[in-house]
Amino acid sequence: MSLIQQIQSLWKLSQAGQIARRYFVTNGFDGALTMLGILLGFYTGGEVPLIVVISACLGAAIALGISGFTSALLSETEERKKELKELEDSLVAPLEESDYGKASQITPWVIAAVNGLSPFLISLFIIIPLWLEDWGYMLPFEMDPFDTAIGFAFLAILFLGIFLGRISGTFWLWSGLRAVLIGLVTAGIIFLIGGNA
Amino acid sequence: MAIVKRILLDVLKPHQPGALEFAQTLADLDPGYRVNLRVEEVDENTETIIVVIEGENIRFEEIDQAIKKMGGTVHSVDEVEAEGSPPASTE
Repeated sequence: MSLIQQIQSLWKLSQAGQIARRYFVTNGFDGALTMLGILLGFYTGGEVPLIVVISACLGAAIALGISGFTSALLSETEERKKELKELEDSLVAPLEESDYGKASQITPWVIAAVNGLSPFLISLFIIIPLWLEDWGYMLPFEMDPFDTAIGFAFLAILFLGIFLGRISGTFWLWSGLRAVLIGLVTAGIIFLIGGNA
Repeated sequence: MAIVKRILLDVLKPHQPGALEFAQTLADLDPGYRVNLRVEEVDENTETIIVVIEGENIRFEEIDQAIKKMGGTVHSVDEVEAEGSPPASTE
């Protein structure tokens, strides 16, 4: 059996794909909404140097990434240990050397990587317009970097909604728009509270 | 030493890999192996299967290792068909 086949087999055995997909959406949504929240918070707060916004967003992105990675690693490791122990009890045999044993060791790391990278990369994507402005690149059509970043946040939310729709088999546009609606409600609440602060 | 031609095993295994993949993995151990697998009982975490392997020279140790690797355990070897190997030439 080739290495790729072995990885595929372990991946299938541990049902990691399904869990990783769920974590990708959940934490990706966390990342996108957090960035949207920070951007709108600065937006309602008035003029702030761009570098301050970038630093705040980057700090949050790193924190979300590390939080996602460590929380998933800890919880998944314990969960897998429990599952393996239950299976060992049912089979009345040790499974450390089996594919199950290997899968229960590798899977938490893969899921943790997805859980950590998902909010981190989505956050980085959202702040691209701010970076471009900071590095001296002109955005096309003289777009405002702040508005564009907020637009990118809604784009990421739309993408995650569509992705969810594809998984569940529902109409992709509906699930995408539903996710955007959640973003709009969040924005509304921020404007309501932030505007009166 | 006698050559084993057919073997019937009572195996307890997790639900994954499924019967098809389990049988294919065992059949892939040797191009001459013919595998017949029957699911006898399904429990919450495990299933009991009866595996019949036929071949020109069945190597039990290899089969046992493959089953263990897939998370299964051989409960018992219920049937064996062996054939005496021809005597070594004295020329």
